[in-house]
Amino acid sequence: MTSTAAASVVGQPVSRVDGPLKVAGGATYAAEFDPGPGLCHGAIVTSTVASGRIASIDTAAAEAAPGVVAVLTHRNAPVLPYHEHKGLTDPPEGERIHLLQDDRVRHQGQPVALAVAETLEEAVYAASLVRVSYRPESAVTAFSDAVAHAVPPGPRYRDRGLEGDGGRGDADAALGAAPVRIEAEYVMPRLNHNPIEPHGTVARWSEGELTLWDKTQWVDNVRAEMAAVFGLPPDRVRVVSPFVGGAFGSGLRPWANVTLAAMASRHVDRPVKVVLTRRQMFGITGYRPRSTHRVALGADRDGQLLAIRHEGVSETSTYETYAEEQLGSSEYLYACRDVATRYRVAPRNVQTPNDMRGPGKVTGVHALECAMDELAAALDMDPVELRLRNDTIVDQSTGVPFSSRSLRECYQAAGERFGWSRRNPRPGAMRDERGRLVGYGCASATWPAMRQAAEARARLLPDGSAVVSSSSSDMGPGTYTSMTQVAAETLGLPLERVRFELGDTRMPTAPVHGGSWTMASLGSAVQAACAEARRRALAEIGRADADLAAVLRQIGEPVEATVRTEPGDELRRYSAHSFGAVFAEVAVDPDLCTVRVPRLVGAYGVGRVVNPKTARSQITGGMVMGMGMALTERTEVDPRDARPVNSSLADYLVPVNADVGELDAVFVDEEDPHVNPLGVKGLGEIGTVGVAAAICNAVYHATGRRVRELPVTVERVLGAAVR
Amino acid sequence: MRVTMTVNGHRMDADDVWEGESLLYVLRERLGLAGSKNACEQGECGSCTVFLDEVTVCACLVAAGQAHGRSVRTVEGLAEAGADGAPGLSDVQEAFVAAGAVQCGFCTPGLLVQTEDLLRRTVAAGAGAPSDAEIREALAGNLCRCTGYEAVIEAVRLAAEWTERGRPAGGPARGEAR
Ligand code: FES
Ligand code: FES
Repeated sequence: MTSTAAASVVGQPVSRVDGPLKVAGGATYAAEFDPGPGLCHGAIVTSTVASGRIASIDTAAAEAAPGVVAVLTHRNAPVLPYHEHKGLTDPPEGERIHLLQDDRVRHQGQPVALAVAETLEEAVYAASLVRVSYRPESAVTAFSDAVAHAVPPGPRYRDRGLEGDGGRGDADAALGAAPVRIEAEYVMPRLNHNPIEPHGTVARWSEGELTLWDKTQWVDNVRAEMAAVFGLPPDRVRVVSPFVGGAFGSGLRPWANVTLAAMASRHVDRPVKVVLTRRQMFGITGYRPRSTHRVALGADRDGQLLAIRHEGVSETSTYETYAEEQLGSSEYLYACRDVATRYRVAPRNVQTPNDMRGPGKVTGVHALECAMDELAAALDMDPVELRLRNDTIVDQSTGVPFSSRSLRECYQAAGERFGWSRRNPRPGAMRDERGRLVGYGCASATWPAMRQAAEARARLLPDGSAVVSSSSSDMGPGTYTSMTQVAAETLGLPLERVRFELGDTRMPTAPVHGGSWTMASLGSAVQAACAEARRRALAEIGRADADLAAVLRQIGEPVEATVRTEPGDELRRYSAHSFGAVFAEVAVDPDLCTVRVPRLVGAYGVGRVVNPKTARSQITGGMVMGMGMALTERTEVDPRDARPVNSSLADYLVPVNADVGELDAVFVDEEDPHVNPLGVKGLGEIGTVGVAAAICNAVYHATGRRVRELPVTVERVLGAAVR
Repeated sequence: MRVTMTVNGHRMDADDVWEGESLLYVLRERLGLAGSKNACEQGECGSCTVFLDEVTVCACLVAAGQAHGRSVRTVEGLAEAGADGAPGLSDVQEAFVAAGAVQCGFCTPGLLVQTEDLLRRTVAAGAGAPSDAEIREALAGNLCRCTGYEAVIEAVRLAAEWTERGRPAGGPARGEAR
C-alpha cells in the first residue's frame, strides 16, 4: 500500500481501516470476548402477558437440569439500588423497568427469569423448564384503544424543546380560505431495527469492579446506568465495545442483557454472558413506534403553500413516555405562513419504543411528502416544481436563516440522474418492456445537523506514529476510518501511521454515537486534539514548520494532548439541517399488484463529505431501510394481547439482495462555514428519510392508487381506490 | 460425543458435544472460531454460512454430529498464503474492502463465503463472470442491514474481474476511488 498524501486525506474515498480485520473474521464483537476462566451463559425467560403479576414461578425443574448454576427470578434476585439515572437517550418521563425486582409485568417479552448454566445450550434448556403463571390485569393492547387516550408528551419533553402543539399563524383559517386543499391520513406500522448482530453482554466482576463487554452506541452511558443500578461509583465500572454489528438506534440504551449479565455474574461469582435471541430482540431492544398522521395542506393555484396542518400520534409504553420529533419538519421544510402541528403519544401495555434511524423525521416527513404529492396532483402540477416553489432560505419556524440549504440543487442533481423529465405526468401512462406499470415519485429528505461536546486524546509516539482515542462507537458508518482521516490530515502524518481507538470508558468521553452528530462532534475534538499535540511537539524543538515524524524521533518520548470541544452559539444563529431529494421508480404488475423498485436515486447536501466511499454506503444502506419500510417491514402486534407476532427474520421482512435494484446516491457540493469547524452536517439518518414517500408517490403515479398505510402490500394496492 | 472435523485444513476435535448442538455452536463456542456469526439461528440470515465439504450451508442448521468426519471451511480459512508464506486476503476479501462493501461487518463473513462459492461456480469454472441478477439471487440468503447491497454487488463484480484477469500487482490501493 502506498502512503496516502496526508494533506488531502479528508474528502478521499479511503477504504475502511478496520476492513481487513473484519473480512478476515478477526473483529471481536461483544459476545465474543473471553472474560477468562469460569464463563457461564444466561438464557432469559420472558413474560407472556401484557400486564399483570407473576402468580407463581416454579424453577425446581430448571434448577435440577444438567449444568445449571443458578436460576434467578424476582424471588431470589439481589435487591438492587436502581438509583435515578436519565441519560440523554432515556425518555425523560417515567422510569425503566427494574429487572427481577418485583412480580409486576408491564409488557409482553419482559424478562421474568434468567437461567444460568455452564453452556448456552444447558441454559436455554433450563430456561424452557421455568414455569410461570400470571394474574393478568387489564391492559391497553390495541393501538386504536391507546389512541383514544393519547396525551401530550409531558413537561420534561417540553424542557427538551418537544412540545405537543406547535406552529405559527392561523392554519385553520388559512386552510378554510385556500383555493386548493387536500387532507389525508397516513398509517405507519411499528418497525424494529433488526441489526444483524443480536444484543449481548459479557459481564465480569473482580474485586468489586464490574467489566462489561457490550454491544452499545454509548459506553459511557452504559457505565453510568450500571453504576446507578448497582449503586457503584462510575469509576468501578468499565464498558468495552470496540465493534458493533449494526444498531441503527438499538444500541442507544442498555437493555436487559446488560443488567442481567451483571446481576447474574455477581450472584454466581463467575463471568456471565447473556445474548438475546432474535425473538427476544422484538420485546427487549425497542422499536420505531406505530403512528397515525393526518395532514391537511392548502395552496393557491400556483402551488404556493398557504397552510399546513399536521397531526400525529405514536405509541408509547405505560411505564415511560417515548416521544419523538415527528412534526418539526412540517414547520421548517417549506415556506408557509400558517402552520399548526399537534403531536400526541398513546400509552399502551408494550415495551417502550426507542430511536430508530431518523427517529421522528422518517415518520413525519413520510406523511408530509405523501401529502405534498397529493397536493401536486390536486394542483395538476409537477411534484418537483411544487417543492421548489415553496423552497426557502429562512427557517420559518424560528425566523433564522439556514446555515446552508441545497434542497433545490439536490432536486436538480437527482432529477437529472434519474431522468425525471421522461415522466409522463398522467398516472398509469407508463409501462416497461414487460408490460408492468411504471411510476416515478419523489420526496424531500431532511435531518438536523447537531453537535455535542466531545473529548479526544492524541498521543504522538517517538517512532513517528500517532494513537488517537475517544470512547465513541462505530456501529458501521466508519468512525474508525473518518477519525483516522481527520487525525492524519491535522497531524500531517500518513494515514497508515495513525491509529484511532474507540469503545472503552477508559478513553476520553465521546457523546453518544447517534443523531448523525459523531463527525461534527467528535471530528471537531479529534481535530483540536491533534492540532494541539502537533503544536506541543513542534514547540518542544522551537520550530513551527518541521516534519512532525522527524520531530517526534528527535524528542524521543511521547507527546500527548487531550482536548474537549463544544458547540458555540452557531446553532442558535443558524438553523442547521441536511437536506436531500430522493426519486423512486416502481414497476407494478397490473394484475398481481406486486411492487418492485428498479431504481432509487438520491442527492444530498450534507456539508463536507469526509469519506465519499463510506458516506455513499451509509446512504444506500439508509435508502434500502426506507425501501423496507415502504414495501415489506412491519412488526405486527396482536391487538388482543399486544404480543409482537412476527418476531423473527423469517416473518419480519428485511429487504434482501434480490429485492433491491439500482441505487444511486450523490452529494451536491456544499460548503457550510457556520455549522462546525469541519463543516459537516451528518449523513447517518437522512438516507432513510423520504424514501417510503417517494415509493408511495411512485406507486400512485404507476397505478392511480393512493396507498396510505405502510407497508405497500399487494392487498393494499388492490384495495386502494383509483382516484 | 466427540466430533472430529477438518476445519480450515486442520484436524480438530470437540469433546462432550451434546447431540443438539449446531455446527455453528461448536465452531464458535468450542473451537474458538468466532468468525462465523450467529444472528438468527434459523437459517434466515446467512451470517453463519460456511463450506461443509465445499458446499455452502447455514452452520446454525447443521447438527454438529453431521459434520463429523467432514471438512469445514470458514471465513477464517478464506485467506490465502501469499508468496512470502504470510496469509494474505483472498480476492473476495480484498474486493469487499476495496469496494466499501463492509460496514458493521457482521454479515460479512457469511457473505464472503457465499461469494467465494458463487465465483467458484461461475468465473473460476470458466463460465464467465456472474450477471448482477445472478449475484443478487446467489446472495439473497445473506441479509445485510447496513450497506443496502449496492457496494456488495460492486465487490462481487470486482472480485470476479480479479479472478478472471488477476488482481492488479501490488494489490488494490486501499485509498483508491472506486
Ligand atoms: S444464524 Fe444461521 S442463518 Fe442466521
Ligand atoms: S455490514 Fe452490517 S449487516 Fe452487513
